[in-house]
Parts: sequence; structure tokens; C-alpha cells
Amino acid sequence: MIVNGTNGPAETQGDPPRRHTLAIQVDNRPGVLARVTTLISGRGFNIDSLSVAETMDPEVSLITLIITGSPRIISQIIKQLRKLINVIKVTDLSEMDYVERQLIMVRVKAEDQDSRSEIMRLCKIFRAKVIDVSLKSFTLEITGGSDKMAAALSLLAGFGIEEQVSTGLTAMTRSFQQKQAPKGS
Amino acid sequence: MTKLSGAQILIECWKKEGVEVVFGYPGAATVEIHHHLEESPIRFVLCRHEQAAVHAADGYARSTGRPGVVLVTSGPGATNTVTGLAGANMDSVPVVVFSGQVARMLIGNDAFQEVDIVGMTRPATKHNYLVLSTGELAQTVKEAFYVAVSGRPGSVLVDLPKDVIGGEADFEYPRKVALRAYRPHLTPHPRQIMKAAKLLVSAERPVVLAGGGVISSGASEELVGLAEALEIPVTTTLMGLGGFPGSHRLCLGMPGMHGLYRANMALQNADLILAVGARFDDRVTGALPGFAKQAAIVHIDVDTTSIHKILDVDIPLVADARQALMALTAEIGAAPGIDAAARGAWLGRIAAWHARAPLSYSQDPEGPLLPQFVIEALYRRTQGKAVICTEVGQHQMWAAQFYHCERPRQFISSGGLGVMGFGLPAAIGAQVASPTATVIDVAGDGSILMNVQELATVFQESLPVKVAVLNNGSLGMVRQWQDLFYGKRYAATILSDSPDFVKLAEAFGIRGFTASTPGDAESIIGQALSHPGPALMEFRVSPTELVFPMVPAGKAIDEMILARPGDPGDGPEPPDGGAADPEERGPDTDALPEDGGDS
Repeated sequence: MIVNGTNGPAETQGDPPRRHTLAIQVDNRPGVLARVTTLISGRGFNIDSLSVAETMDPEVSLITLIITGSPRIISQIIKQLRKLINVIKVTDLSEMDYVERQLIMVRVKAEDQDSRSEIMRLCKIFRAKVIDVSLKSFTLEITGGSDKMAAALSLLAGFGIEEQVSTGLTAMTRSFQQKQAPKGS
Repeated sequence: MTKLSGAQILIECWKKEGVEVVFGYPGAATVEIHHHLEESPIRFVLCRHEQAAVHAADGYARSTGRPGVVLVTSGPGATNTVTGLAGANMDSVPVVVFSGQVARMLIGNDAFQEVDIVGMTRPATKHNYLVLSTGELAQTVKEAFYVAVSGRPGSVLVDLPKDVIGGEADFEYPRKVALRAYRPHLTPHPRQIMKAAKLLVSAERPVVLAGGGVISSGASEELVGLAEALEIPVTTTLMGLGGFPGSHRLCLGMPGMHGLYRANMALQNADLILAVGARFDDRVTGALPGFAKQAAIVHIDVDTTSIHKILDVDIPLVADARQALMALTAEIGAAPGIDAAARGAWLGRIAAWHARAPLSYSQDPEGPLLPQFVIEALYRRTQGKAVICTEVGQHQMWAAQFYHCERPRQFISSGGLGVMGFGLPAAIGAQVASPTATVIDVAGDGSILMNVQELATVFQESLPVKVAVLNNGSLGMVRQWQDLFYGKRYAATILSDSPDFVKLAEAFGIRGFTASTPGDAESIIGQALSHPGPALMEFRVSPTELVFPMVPAGKAIDEMILARPGDPGDGPEPPDGGAADPEERGPDTDALPEDGGDS
């Protein structure tokens, strides 16, 4: 018999913490998001990313939530979420093939001709859009998964990022599920 | 269809749900409901504090199995219910609280007696509702009751804005509840039943750990049947007391921090634990790495989240306890063919543990009155038939140890949340439910004062509740920790200025008695029990008496302290596997000769 629990959210022995993307279908009603977030914060966990919107069925909302924790903790959180009366379905996308997207808006310094043309080149590569422009900066809109975002931002950092905002990640399973390789892209 | 006001709809819904009694306290936000309730057949019990009203409804629910209903006003009326809601929810008791709320247009305006009670009670309830129109009131009430009683029962709060109560709507009580996301899983999986049955039959040293789920699912008969068919001893948690008859030859009593020696030793040495409606609370398991290391675990629970939460189990069985036990019994069949020799040896070992460390105390007839003696006297004088409610602390543990409950719903105590002040209002609820039963609140001098105002409710409602205050002049359980682990520095635990309990009772119109010797104790118990109305008995008991056995925090449950250090019997722990010293408790305990394990 394996015994693994402790009091509180402290990580215990066993598998290390990992990032999990949870897709949570809920009743589209006031207070439901609060139930979900209260449950998680009540256990001392931080939500890395959160996005909420109505689905095809107007009575159902989808919460896409990213949280880091050990398998034991995550499975307990998933079970607790399923126990909430307004939660319809919880899927841990990290166990499956899925696509994820996020939208970032970033204002980059662009004061001389060289940086302006280099930023435009990067825009092409990352399929970003310029959505605002001034003599001293570009504001770009970039969408993609978390890897692409990280790559784009690290390259743009060289020019000087003045401001950056981001939506939460949202995600969907792929229609064709490979046997293994659980990894979002 | 007739139009009714929100208040009338609410009362009609209660009638449809079979509500006979509502506990609570009125206020501006709910006066209209009371106005109509007055002309309905539903009884309203006016408690003197909203917290007590929820505990009373909780006591009513625990003693009947039917949901307890509470009506309170907005603001402080609502916030006062939080402890009661959290306690009922943790102990899986169906309680539905209806709270008044300011009118919808005032919500969020810091109006008089406004509070976001739905936000506050979200983590303290199984579910809660803010009703936003009179038209959805009936559906919401129906849902609230359904959620409270189904699956793993729990507390539900329904918040009712004043204008929703005052508004009008067509009334039709919905016939069913359609919750797309909530469908409790009650039927056990046949393959899991097969696997569990196989383990149960082949186990040599099995133990049943029965929790509150046995009582809430009404599985006591099935449990007795299974235990007898397989000759399996049963230990019942605090919440499970009475779920298996306390005097049954297979009953081991309570396990855990203040559990019986034999119960803890049986769990620690078992090769199979069948947990039924128990959630492996830390007060039961002690230090987890040292818990039941040799045992395979079969875990029956209707709440999926209880399974694998504290420890990994070998065979999870998500199901209603009664259905699961019925399926197991059927699967095992009439002639299970257990290894009778092995079972005899196992029961022999357990008997030897008990012979070595039974629950004991020695009451000197001339010496100070001992609390254990008082509980045993109550047990004798009531022939073990009283409904026992308790507060929280030493007296609670002594009541659990020495009042052997024979039937489910006989022992009513705040387990998970451990609410001092629970017992007296719970006794009110239990007495309202069973007017002719003997209902005793076993209390301490600390706890009783936490809801002592309820003596007024007892008097007004003419409830023959008996209160037994074990007065040791201190907050005994904390003092016990100070005694054993904090160098006897009794910080904040001495209650030297307690009131005169006899006068206190009399001030409320209740008969008061006091005793400080064993003889007097017997005598006042006799008088109080034969008095037709309510009575309060104060027992001035020895302040130095501690609850034993005790598993210190952070220790495994076989590392019990059996007596006060220095007293006879405290000695090095009995040597069955060297329980006192974890270093000596090797894996070889399993290989001990089956002779009772003694050296």
C-alpha cells in the first residue's frame, strides 16, 4: 500500500509537479466561475492561466484553466471539480493530443529603420499583425500556442518590450488522437 | 394555475417535501414568510441564535435521516449559520438553510443587513443558490432538497431576496429535478464487487472500518449480516458509532486518536481493511506512513473524491454503502468458506489485545468523581437506549468510549468540524424529532456555554432534554495536550469562574442538579431522568482525568499512550510487535505467532 498524503497543498514524494491544461464544461450561470476558482484557491494553488467563454450550446461555458501540480493533487482537484453541482465535464487535456492558442498584444520599441524592418520580418515569420503604429513603436497581435509565444517574445525582447497583455490559453482536443505523445502544440 | 406569493410558494414547497418542522430566527427580510408559516401545519421552533438553529436542524436530520430545515434573516442571521453549514457538510448531514436577503435592486449596495452569503458559504456547503425570480423559486427549492439528500448528503443554502419573497408567480411544484451535471453514482460495479468479495473471503486478518456512510445510507443491517457471515470484526469511527451494535461480539469500538487499543491494533495488523462510508480522517489514521502497512484496502464510498484522497486503496468501490454491502453479501453467498482456524486466531489476538488494555478507570467511592463513571452511570440508568448528543472535547470522547450505542442515529456528535456548542441545539433537534425518547446532551463546562441560550428554546418548546455537564473547571481536551506535551502550562484553559450551573438552569425554568460524589451522581441521574421535563445535571468531576488511550499527533495509531506518565499501566508499551517503538515495529510483526501476539 502506498501512502502519500500530507496536510495542505505541499508537494509530497512521488511524481514531480507538471503543467496541466484542464477543459472544464460548466453551466453558463452566475457564480459558477467563482465556484471553480474558489475550489482551487482554497487548496492553496495558483491558476497559471484562465479563459472562459460560451460554447456552441449557450447554456454551457468552457473554462480552460492551466495549473501546475503533482499528479495526485491534480487528480484530486479534478475529482473535486467534478463534484461541483454546476460542473458538467472535466478533461485533462495534458493526457491527450490537443491544440492550444493564446492571443498576445505586445508594444515593441521601433525607433530606427533597422529595427522597424527587422520587426516586420519577424511579424511575417510568426504570422503576427501590426495593430497599432507610432513613430517610436509597433503594437503587434500574435496568436499561437505557448511555445510559439515564448519564442516570439524572446526575439522581440531584444528590441525592448514596452507593454504586453495576454489572454488565457484556450484549447481543444485534436480530432485524431495518437496513441501517446500527450503534448499540446 | 393560481398565483401565489414567493412566501406562499416556499411554504407549499416545504409541504411537498414533507417538512414538518423548521428551525430558525426571524428578521425583517423573512417576516413575510413567518406571517404565512404561522397558518401552515409546519411547526416553527424559535431558537435563540441562528448557529443553534442550524445545529438543531442538523440534530433533527441526524436522528431521523430526513433533511433539517432552517429559516433565518439576512445579514447577521445568515452569517451566523456558517458554522452550522460547514459542520453539517463535513459530516454529510442534509440541512437546507433558507436565508433572507435584501431586495434584488439593493444587492451590492451595502444595504442594511446585506451580506453576500452565497459567496461566503460557497466552500462551506455542498451547493448554494441565490434565487433571482419568484418564478424559479419552486424549481430551486426542489433542487436544493434533492442535492442535500442525494449522493453524499450535505448542507445547502438558498438565499431569498425580499422582493422575490414578496413577488408573485404561478405555482406548480416540479415533479423532478434535471441537473445535467449531477448524477450520484449509487450502484457498485460488478467486477469490483467480485474482486472485493474474493479478497474478503481469502483474508486472514480482515477488519471493517465503518463510518458515517453506513448510517446515512441505512446499511447497518447489511453490515451486521456481512460481518457475521465472514466473522469480520468491525471498528466504527466517531461518525459511525451505532452503525454497528456496540455490544456485538464482533464490535471493536472506535479507532483512532482516542480509539480502543484493540481497534487500533486490529487496523495496524490487519491484512485487509474494508472501509465502508469512512474517509480516513486524520483522527482515525494517525501518521499516514505508519498506518495499516500490511493491509489491502477495499474502500466503499459514494463520494468519488474520498477515494484515493488520503491513501491509495486497492479496490475502490464508488457506490451507496447499502447497495455495495448487499452486492458483496450476494457475491459471497451462503457458505463463504473462510479459513476458520486463521479467523479464530485473529479474533483471539484481538481479544488478547483487549484483555491487555481495555478501557478502564477506577472510581474510588470516596474519591473525586470521575467523568467515565458518570457516562457509565448514564449508560446503565438509560439501559443504553438514550439518544446521546455531545459537544466537543474530552466529554465527547468519554461518551464515545463508554456509552455503547446499539443502533444507528443514536449517537449525534460534531465529528469533522468539531463544533463546541453543537450538542445542546442538536439535542433540541433530536428531541423535536422523537418527543418521547430520552435525549441527553453530554457536555463540558466549556462547550455548554457556547450555546447555553438554547435552554430558553428547550423551556419554551417544553422539550424534556437532559443536559449532563461534566464540569472539570477547564477546557479539558486542550488542557490534556498541555498536560502531556506543553509542560503543564495551562495557558487559556482554566475556567475557574464558571457560573453556578444549577442557578443557571433554574433561571431558564429548568430543573438543576449538582453532584460531586459517585453516590450523588447516581442519585441526581435518577432524579433527572424521572423528572418529566428538561433537566440539567452538573457533575463536578476530577480536573486531572485524561482521555486514554491517546495517539499523540504525528504518531502511528499503534503508538498509543495508555495512561498518564507515572501512573501504573503507562509503562513501556505492551510488547506486541514493540508498539511503543517504531524502530522495533518491523515488517516481521506479520510473522508473529498467532497466539495473541504476546511475549
